[in-house]
Amino acid sequence: MSPSGIALGVIFAIVALASVIGFYAGARRKMDLEQWTVAGRSFGVLLMWLLMAGEVYTTFSFLGASGWAYSRGAPTLYILAYITLGYAVSFFILPPIWELGREHKLQTQSDFFAWRYRSRYLAAMVSLVGIVFMIPYLQLQITGLGIIVEVASFDGVSRVPAMIVAVVLLAGFVLASGLRAVAWISALKDVLMIVAALSVGIGIPYIHFGGIAPMFTALIQAKPAHFVMPGSTANLGHPWYITTVLLTSLGLYMWPHSFGAAFSAKSADTLRRNAVVMPIYTLSLAFMLFVGFAAVLILPNLRDGDLSLLSMVRKTFPAWFLGLIGGAGALTAMVPAAIFILSCATLFAKNIFRPIFAPRMNDHEVGRLARIMVAVISLISLYLSIHGSSTLVALLLLGYAGITQLFPGVVLGLFWKRVTMPAVSTGIVAGVGTLAALYLTHRDPFHGLSAGFLGLCLNFALAIGLSLIARPNPT
Amino acid sequence: MTAGPPTARKPRLTSLLLALMPFAAMCFTVPAWDRIDPIVLGMPFNLFWLIAWIVLTPFCMWGAYRIEMRGRKEDPAP
Repeated sequence: MSPSGIALGVIFAIVALASVIGFYAGARRKMDLEQWTVAGRSFGVLLMWLLMAGEVYTTFSFLGASGWAYSRGAPTLYILAYITLGYAVSFFILPPIWELGREHKLQTQSDFFAWRYRSRYLAAMVSLVGIVFMIPYLQLQITGLGIIVEVASFDGVSRVPAMIVAVVLLAGFVLASGLRAVAWISALKDVLMIVAALSVGIGIPYIHFGGIAPMFTALIQAKPAHFVMPGSTANLGHPWYITTVLLTSLGLYMWPHSFGAAFSAKSADTLRRNAVVMPIYTLSLAFMLFVGFAAVLILPNLRDGDLSLLSMVRKTFPAWFLGLIGGAGALTAMVPAAIFILSCATLFAKNIFRPIFAPRMNDHEVGRLARIMVAVISLISLYLSIHGSSTLVALLLLGYAGITQLFPGVVLGLFWKRVTMPAVSTGIVAGVGTLAALYLTHRDPFHGLSAGFLGLCLNFALAIGLSLIARPNPT
Repeated sequence: MTAGPPTARKPRLTSLLLALMPFAAMCFTVPAWDRIDPIVLGMPFNLFWLIAWIVLTPFCMWGAYRIEMRGRKEDPAP
C-alpha cells in the first residue's frame, strides 16, 4: 500500500469512527428544535467542558499557529498571550452573565442584548454581527481540512475537491445529529489532540536537532530577526502586538457559541474556577509553535506556511502516524465547524428571521429554516474557502476584529446602569464600519495598529459618550 | 439606591489589580522582554517569558478568586 493510501486510510477511519459515535448519539433521541440545538439543556459538567475545550482548540491552533511561526516568526507569540488573558477577562464577565441568565431566563447572547437593552432590533443586529464574523472562522476550518487531505495524499488530491467532500460530510453530519453528536466527538478529538501536540512538539525538535535547546541555537544563528518582533513581517511590531492581544483577549468569549455556553454551566462558581485553570491549556500551543520553527530550517521552501506542521510530520514519521495526526487535525476542524454552522443557522432562524420578519412562525418552522440555513452557510463558507488566499491566522484575526465589537455592549450592559440602547447600537455600527473600511482597503494593520482595535476604541467612545449625553433618567 | 436597569455586582479593585498583572506582563510591557537574550531553558527570552506567565497567570487568578469569594461571604447581597 502506498504511503498516501495508508495516511488517507487512517484519517478516513478516524473520521468514520467519530461519525458513527456522532450519528449514534443523535439517533437515540427524538429531535425537536431544542434537542437539536442545545441538546435539551441536559449536558453534565464533563460534556460541557469537553464542548468548551473543543471550541477553543481548533484547526487554528493545530495548523495556523505553526503556520505563522514558520512564515511570520515572533508576532505569532501573540497567540500564547491572548488565550491566557482571555480567560482572565472571562473570570469577570462570565459569572455575572450566568447569574443574570438564571434570574431572567436568558439562553443566548442575543437574549442578553434583547433583555438588557429592550430592543429586538439590537438583538438581531448582534446576531448578524455574530454570523458574519463566524464565517471567516468557519472558512478557516474548511481550509484546514483541505490542507490535511492535500498533505496526507502526498499532494495527490488537491485542496478544492478535498474541501468539497469535507463540507458535504460536515453538513450531513450536522443535519443528522445536531449538538449532542458534536460533544461526544469532542472527547475523542481532545485525546487525539493531546497525543498529537506532545508527540509532534517534542518529537520533531529531538529527531532533527537533538532537543529544543539545540534547535533554537541553530535557528537563532541562522535567522535571528525571525525571533523578535516584527519577525519576518514588515509591520507586525510592538504596537500591533499590544493592540491585537487586547482586541483578541477581550473577544475570546464574545463568539455567540462560547457566550451561550456560559449559560449552560452548573454555577457561576464553576465558571470562575474554569477561568483560573484554563490558561494552563495554552501550553499545548507552545508545542505547535516549536514545530513551525523547526520547519524554518528543515523545510525552508514551503509555498504556504500553514502546510508546515503536517509537512514536518510527513517528513519525520511513518505514513500511519501522519494519518493519525491528520485524523486528529480533521476532527479539530470538524467539531468547531459543526458548532459554528449550527450556531449560525439557529441564530439566523431564531434571532433574526423570526423576531423581525415572521413573529408567528412556530418552532417546527424555525427548525426547518435552520436546517436550510445549514446548507446555505456551508456553501457560502465553501465558496470563500475556495477563492480565499488568507493564512489561517489572518482569517481568525478578521473574525475577532468583528466579534469583539460586541464587547462594549456586554461589559457596559453588565456594570453600568446609564448605558443606552442607541449608544451601544451606534458603537457597534461605527466599530464594524471602521474595521470594514480599513480591512477592505487593505489598510489593516493601520499605521502598525490593529484595525479591529481602532474600531473597538471608537465603539467604546461612542457607547460611553452618547450614553452620557442622553443622560437617561436614573430612576 | 436607584432602581434603573439591574446591573451585576462590580468586582473588587484588588482582584482587578491581580488580573491586571498578567496583562501588564504579557501585553503592555512587550518592548521590555521581546528579545532573544538571555536564552532560558533553551528558548529565546520572549518565548520563555510568555510560557512562564502562562504558568503564573492561574496563581494571580486564584488570588482574585479568593478575594471575590471572601467578598461574597462578607456581603452576600448583590
